[in-house]
Amino acid sequence: MKGIGVSPGISINKAFVIRKTQAALSGISLKNEEEIAAEIARFKTAVKISSDEIEHIKNNSQTQLQKEELDILDVQLELINDPQIADDVIDKITTEKKTANDALLEIIDNIVQIFLGMDDNYMSERSADIKDIGARILKHINDPGRANIQKFDSDVIIIADDISPSETMTMDVAHVTGFATRSGSKTSHAAIIARAKGIPAVVNCGEELMTIKDKDIIILDGELGVVLVNPGTDKIREYERRKDIYKQQTATLKSLKDTPSITTDGKEIILSANISSAADMDQVFENGGAGVGLLRTELLFMNRDSFPTEEEQFKFYKEIAVRSNGKPVIVRTIDIGGDKHLPYFNLPPELNPFLGYRAIRICLDRTDLFKTQLKAILRAGIFGDLKIMFPMISGVKEIRDAKKILEEAKGELATEDNPFNAEIKIGIMIEIPSAAVTADILAKEVDFFSIGTNDLCQYTLAVDRMNEKITHLYDPFNPGVLRLIYNVIEQGRIHNTHVAMCGEMAADPLATLVLIGMGLEEFSMSATAIPVIKNIIINSTEIFAKQVCSSVLEMDSSENIITYLKQLTQ
Amino acid sequence: MISKEYIILSPQGLHARPATALIRLVKGFKSAISLQKGGKTVRLNSMLNILSLTIKNGETITIIIEGDDEASAATALDLFFEQQLTEL
Repeated sequence: MKGIGVSPGISINKAFVIRKTQAALSGISLKNEEEIAAEIARFKTAVKISSDEIEHIKNNSQTQLQKEELDILDVQLELINDPQIADDVIDKITTEKKTANDALLEIIDNIVQIFLGMDDNYMSERSADIKDIGARILKHINDPGRANIQKFDSDVIIIADDISPSETMTMDVAHVTGFATRSGSKTSHAAIIARAKGIPAVVNCGEELMTIKDKDIIILDGELGVVLVNPGTDKIREYERRKDIYKQQTATLKSLKDTPSITTDGKEIILSANISSAADMDQVFENGGAGVGLLRTELLFMNRDSFPTEEEQFKFYKEIAVRSNGKPVIVRTIDIGGDKHLPYFNLPPELNPFLGYRAIRICLDRTDLFKTQLKAILRAGIFGDLKIMFPMISGVKEIRDAKKILEEAKGELATEDNPFNAEIKIGIMIEIPSAAVTADILAKEVDFFSIGTNDLCQYTLAVDRMNEKITHLYDPFNPGVLRLIYNVIEQGRIHNTHVAMCGEMAADPLATLVLIGMGLEEFSMSATAIPVIKNIIINSTEIFAKQVCSSVLEMDSSENIITYLKQLTQ
Repeated sequence: MISKEYIILSPQGLHARPATALIRLVKGFKSAISLQKGGKTVRLNSMLNILSLTIKNGETITIIIEGDDEASAATALDLFFEQQLTEL
């Protein structure tokens, strides 16, 4: 199954599943003043024990606590001892004659709902802190004094609904080799802690995760966000190899950050990153990225209950523009539909969603939504080198229609006296075979191409990426796919249109030489993959890459191509 | 009584970490210290109340200090909002 990779690395181990016991209301009504006093005392004692417990974790942790962890514990201490929460709970016990258990549950639930409803990612995430301290105090109300440090006899991968901050810290992490959670995001505690400790982690895996049982064998890829349950020996072997490679590389690759990405015979290759939010910018530069080759804008539209306004979108793009330090950032206009849905935008189910109403097709239909996004990007464009990219282009008409709306957006901004970048560069994703075949026609319309190999491969080979029965047919090294890619790069060169690639193939070390040989100018990938590809580039020559490319284009099957390329990289 | 306005200069606003530091700072004084934003006033001893105001970067807040040590509390808060907060 797929989640969000939030802390890179690969782990192969047995699952340890943490299931939450649901706290319940007792419904008991207190009879007299004595019972009320007893419940208040019970609450206060529980707060004291909880507070002492956190202090104890702070001062007596078996492992060295990182600064992020200490910060989280300090925040928790303040929340546990929060006078407002205490007043509210005591008031509920006194006036509504509820037990400490019921009063606290209701107050915590109420605060959580308020925080979740704040339409602010940061505050929504803080609701996890509130739940966490609530659960801790509650435990001590019902079972005073029981310590809860989770110990493991052997190495495990933790599978959980979500992992609360204090749980991560009271855990005996020496044996934890990975985390996978049902919910969460990049800013969840599990993610922060996992990164701080260098443990691979995948969050937001969905309901399916909780079908995992204790001791199931799990493969966890914290970079690509993949969780495999009870995989076959082939998969295990494959991932063990990748794990070794990953280990060696992280050590040597860290040193490549400031090394220019140039072949030994002087050909410069641009290596940029695929990102989803401003928070990803740090990683781009830490890994020596030359900019952003793909900013996915879907995150901005998810986890909310209405479309973001122009102003909200402007802020999102502006922050990224500001943090990009003048480096280019390619903003892809929204790509919903297919397998990506928004809770507040009702798309009827389709028989073939990947061939259906999605991406630019929605945008050219709902021009109001499209124009709002374009205006926000145009405005943010004065704070950095933003470029606009349209996804799912099948032919020249869509480009012209999109450009027309872009011009309308500019016109509206000019009338509103809103400053914007009128000279913004535009490009398209090449992911539909017709676009790849007619690259010579499309090149005249835009400033750049970016090849999306994932969809291009799926559409060219007529293979549904989600269908597990035919995954063996999904093959970017199929000569048909390679020829399409070659045509796009070649036509881009002839017509002076910059060609980048932002699909998974750009991060595949096996493909790097062939793509350089074809003349690809820019590779865009997840930031952590950049050093790996850079390492190949700085140890190769363009002349050799061209030879590799001609040999590969003459081969008749992907088996031969892959065997040949594997020999080269060994 | 001392009343002062501050502009929040912290990329993520007055979020949990700086709020913790602020509450701990305020605890050191006898004066009653409260925070005002957009017509809402909360005592500066509750993390929950501070977070509920969702104070963002660039927003203006008012701090009201009343008590025996209000002058020294005001000096400490000046230092907090004008210097320490940006470093947190």
